[in-house]
Amino acid sequence: MKKFFKKHWIDAIVIAAVAVFLYFGACSIYTKFRFAKKWNIFYDYFVVNHGYNKLVTGLKNTGIIAVSGLMIGIIIGTLIAVVKVIPPYKKITRYAQTVGNIYVAFFRGTPIVVQLLVGYYILLPLLSVNLPPVTACCLIFGLNSGAYISEIMRGGIKSVDPGQLEAARAVGLPFSVAMLKVVVPQAIKNILPTLGNEFIALIKETAVVGYVGAVDITKAFQDQGSNSYEYMIPYLVMALIYIVIVALIAAMIKLMERRLAKSERK
Amino acid sequence: MNANNGINDESGKKVLIDVVGLRKVYGSKVVLDGVSEQIHEGERVVIIGPSGSGKSTFLRCLNCMEDPDGGKIIFNGDDIADMKVDINKHREKMGMVFQQFNLFNNKTVLQNITLAPVYLGKKRIRRAKIKNAFISVGNLFRKDKKTLLEVGDKSKVKADAEANAHRLLQRIGLDDRADEYPSRLSGGQKQRVAIVRALAMNPEVILFDEPTSALDPEMVGEVLELMKQLANEGMTMVVVTHEMGFAREVADRVFFMCDGNIAEKGTPEQIFKNPQNPRTKQFLDSIL
Repeated sequence: MKKFFKKHWIDAIVIAAVAVFLYFGACSIYTKFRFAKKWNIFYDYFVVNHGYNKLVTGLKNTGIIAVSGLMIGIIIGTLIAVVKVIPPYKKITRYAQTVGNIYVAFFRGTPIVVQLLVGYYILLPLLSVNLPPVTACCLIFGLNSGAYISEIMRGGIKSVDPGQLEAARAVGLPFSVAMLKVVVPQAIKNILPTLGNEFIALIKETAVVGYVGAVDITKAFQDQGSNSYEYMIPYLVMALIYIVIVALIAAMIKLMERRLAKSERK
Repeated sequence: MNANNGINDESGKKVLIDVVGLRKVYGSKVVLDGVSEQIHEGERVVIIGPSGSGKSTFLRCLNCMEDPDGGKIIFNGDDIADMKVDINKHREKMGMVFQQFNLFNNKTVLQNITLAPVYLGKKRIRRAKIKNAFISVGNLFRKDKKTLLEVGDKSKVKADAEANAHRLLQRIGLDDRADEYPSRLSGGQKQRVAIVRALAMNPEVILFDEPTSALDPEMVGEVLELMKQLANEGMTMVVVTHEMGFAREVADRVFFMCDGNIAEKGTPEQIFKNPQNPRTKQFLDSIL
């Protein structure tokens, strides 16, 4: 014991100092921020005054925007990726590829908030289309994630053995069918982890839809905060909810991956 | 003189594939330098040669897996080297078997075989229906009415294809594994399924691109056995292979390819017993 202290006295002092610091810190935070009071305010607004209704709407909207964004994204992304891997013999292919490149450059080159603002406040009125904010968000998030997914998908298609496409063409299937029935399903299996990542990123990105007046999780808690002049607990709970959602989805992706791998080996 | 469907060449046999001055260039390297050859119906052609001699490229050019840079490949009366021709229609009738099997990994054995027949069968029905619609509209204005095309039953296409696939699988003794994925099969089984997949399209010719090169030695036999069976049934085959025994036993004609052209051709007797070209001699000495 004596030897130990002789050797590690500096560590002991540091640990003790940190412990004291933490204790006083915790005490002062507790007294300064008055957790109990804040919790009461939060509870009051959230439960007693039915603030949770807004959260339910927010959860629903976040889910709708993220899921439909992913769906639209997968469709657009697959389309662009397939167009990009066509051997460019014909002029029309080259034009389509250029369009795809410009699309990806635009949607990857601007922040999603900018796309939302431009899309919702400028483009939609210009086209005199009147969409509810949530629908508009679905569309714009779909277009945005389409650009990212196209690059992911292109990698996935390239990772599939070119012999698969050759074999499909050799039995007389046209390029599009060979892609759709043989190559893309295998590509999707390869990119599923990355696609899951994209979905998680999408869920977190939906936090900005408040800019165009759609109510998502973030907006729900923001409103709660500004109504009660009390931000700490709502924001902490908000962060917690995001973490829980993402953890759930990560678990689901893992499950799905395992099932897909099983279907291969059986 | 030759080339068109049903027209025979001097020897009186029907020409199935007529290759005229086929050229293929990779960058500055000339892989095929004006190959001209005819493949007759029911003929078993084996192509041998040192690696890099262009034999695989020649085979892959025959069904335009590689686009030829020059020359003609006339099959069923169409020049399939021409980009405007619908190559898919002709590929149906030209089966191909690959060195790496290339079974569709995301499909079961049965689906591997039925995928193309089902899709193409359904497409044919769709086409016929559309044509019929045009014909019947046209008939309103015609004096002598055109008869409608025959439209098959869509639900029957799949059943037929599956029955056919089961029949073919029974033939190679793999019917009990019809619902398994290719990753569960051995190399020899995969290659036999790949051959059967080509057969399911009722091709006029099957192209074999080194079908036994990626197999374990013990599995080569079963694949060659199936190929011999096909040969005996009169299937037209073009085989690129290093199996000289197979070439000797099965081939009607052997091509020796060297430096982008067919250096020597003849019956197996001629080529193996009495090669004329010094390159052929050298090659055969080195491998036998």
